[in-house]
Amino acid sequence: MIETDILIIGAGPTGLFAVFEAGLLKLKCHLIDGLPQPGGQLTELYPKKPIFDIPGYPSVGAAELIDNLMEQIKQFEPGFTLNEVAETIDKLEDGTFIVTTNKGTKHHAKAVAIAGGLGSFEPRKPVIDNIAFYEDKGVEYFVKNPELFRDKKIVIAGGGDSALDWSIFLADVASSVTLVHRRNEFRGALDSVEKVQELKKQGKVNLITPAEVIEVHGENHVNALTLQIGDEKQQIETDYFIPLFGLTPKLGPIANWGLEIEKNAIKVNNALDYQTNIPGIYAIGDVNIYPGKLKLILCGFHEATLMCQSVYNLINPGKKYVLKYTTVSGIDGFDGTRKEAEKAVVKSID
Amino acid sequence: MNDIKITIIDREGVSHEVDAPTDMNMNVMELIRAYELAPEGTIGICGGMAMCASCQCYVLNDVELPEMSDDEEAMLSEAFNVKENSRLGCQIHITPEIEGLLVELAPEN
Ligand SMILES: Cc1cc2nc3c(=O)[nH]c(=O)nc-3n(C[C@H](O)[C@H](O)[C@H](O)COP(=O)(O)OP(=O)(O)OC[C@H]3O[C@@H](n4cnc5c(N)ncnc54)[C@H](O)[C@@H]3O)c2cc1C
Ligand code: FES
Repeated sequence: MIETDILIIGAGPTGLFAVFEAGLLKLKCHLIDGLPQPGGQLTELYPKKPIFDIPGYPSVGAAELIDNLMEQIKQFEPGFTLNEVAETIDKLEDGTFIVTTNKGTKHHAKAVAIAGGLGSFEPRKPVIDNIAFYEDKGVEYFVKNPELFRDKKIVIAGGGDSALDWSIFLADVASSVTLVHRRNEFRGALDSVEKVQELKKQGKVNLITPAEVIEVHGENHVNALTLQIGDEKQQIETDYFIPLFGLTPKLGPIANWGLEIEKNAIKVNNALDYQTNIPGIYAIGDVNIYPGKLKLILCGFHEATLMCQSVYNLINPGKKYVLKYTTVSGIDGFDGTRKEAEKAVVKSID
Repeated sequence: MNDIKITIIDREGVSHEVDAPTDMNMNVMELIRAYELAPEGTIGICGGMAMCASCQCYVLNDVELPEMSDDEEAMLSEAFNVKENSRLGCQIHITPEIEGLLVELAPEN
C-alpha cells in the first residue's frame, strides 16, 4: 500500500505544481496518471507548441514547462503511479481515503486532490458494430506488450504516428503486418513514412490504401477482417486487429465517485478551497467547475495553492500556519536540500 | 455591427440560429463552445489544431467555404462518421463571407 499525505489524481501541470505547494507545507504527495508520462494535455496534445501566457515567460514550450515543473518539485520527492487509472475510492472511518487503480494498486492518503483535467485518455474506437465483443480477444487499442504479437498475423489501422511507428516496430516481431489507412497520404514524421515505404518494398509491411476495416470476424477470437477498398469488399485473415486512431479524454471512473458533476466537470467550493461535496476530496485545474471558471494553466496553479493550504488545516486542526515567502524562508526539500536566497552582507568597508 | 448569422444543429437535432462575431478571430468550433451547444469535453479537445475531429460538422447548405488544408483533410480521413460534406468546425473561420452557413454537428465518438 502506497502511503501519502495528498494523493493527486492527474499529473498535468496542476497536479505537478500542487506537489511544490504541498512541499512548502511539509506535506508529501503521490500522483497517479493513466498516461505513461507526466504532463497531461501539454505532453499528450501539444508538446511542441509554445505557450505565451505563463507569467514571467514571454514564451515557453509546453514540454519545456513540464520539464521545469518536474525539476521544481524534485526536491519534494513525489511518488508516481503511471499508466494506471484511478478507479475506485473508499473513505475510511478516520476520514482518510483508499484509492485503487485499474491495475489494483492501492494508495492510502489523508486527502485526495483530483487534478484530472479533461479526464483519462481513452482510445478512439472505430465504428464497427461488434467491435466491443472482440476487445481483448484480438482487438487491441494499445501495444502494451509487443511479445503478444510474436509470430502472429496483425492488421494495424490508422494514418498517424502511432500506426506508422508500430508498423515499423512490429514488422520484426509479427509474422505479417498489414497497415490499412483511408488515404494514400500519412501524417506522421517524415522518416517514419519513408521507413514504412522501405518496409513495403522489402515485403515486410503489406500496405492497403485507401481502405477501411468495416467488419471483424471470428468465433471467440478475431480471425478475419472485412476491408472496404473503394467499391470492393475484401476479407483478410488475421490474428490481431490494432486500430490506432488516437486518444480522447473521458471523465471516466471519477464520474461514479458520488461527486457533484456539472457540464462534465466536478463542482467545487471556489469561495474557499476547491473542496468537492465530499469533505477531504478536492478538485483542481481543468476538471473542476465553479461560477466564472477559466480552464487555464495559471488558474490551475492558483487552485492548487489554495487546496494545499486547506489540506494543511484539515490534517493539522488548530495548528496555525503563517504564509511565508520562499524568497525569505527558503525551501527545505525532503531530500535534505536547502535552498535560500544568497546573503551578501559586508560588515566592514575599508 | 460585425455579427453574421450561422445556424447550428446540435447533436440532439435541435437547430440554433446564433450571432457570430467576425471581428474576434473565432472559428465555428469556438462559436459552438461559446453558445454551449455541445457539452464541455465533447468538442474542441485539441484546442482547434485539426488533431481530434471532435468538432466535425456536416455542411448542409451551399455557402462557399475556404478550401480544406492538408491537415484538415488528413484528420477527416482518420475520423469516424465522415461524409462528403464533413468539415472541421475549428478550421472554418468566421468571416462575413460565410453568412447564413448551416451546419450539423457530427455524432460524438
Ligand atoms: C491545444 C491546447 C492549447 C492550450 N494552450 C494553452 C495556453 O496557451 N495557456 C493555458 O494556460 N492553457 C492552455 N491550454 C489549456 C491547458 O492545457 C489546460 O488548462 C491544462 O492542461 C490543465 O491542466 P490540468 O493539470 O488541470 O489537467 P490536464 O493537463 O488535462 O492533466 C490531467 C491528467 O489527469 C489524468 N487523469 C484524468 N483522470 C484520471 C484518472 N481517473 N486516473 C489517472 N489519471 C487521470 C490525465 O491522463 C491527464 O494526464 C491548452 C489546451 C490545449 C488542448
Ligand atoms: S477541435 Fe480538434 S479538430 Fe477541431
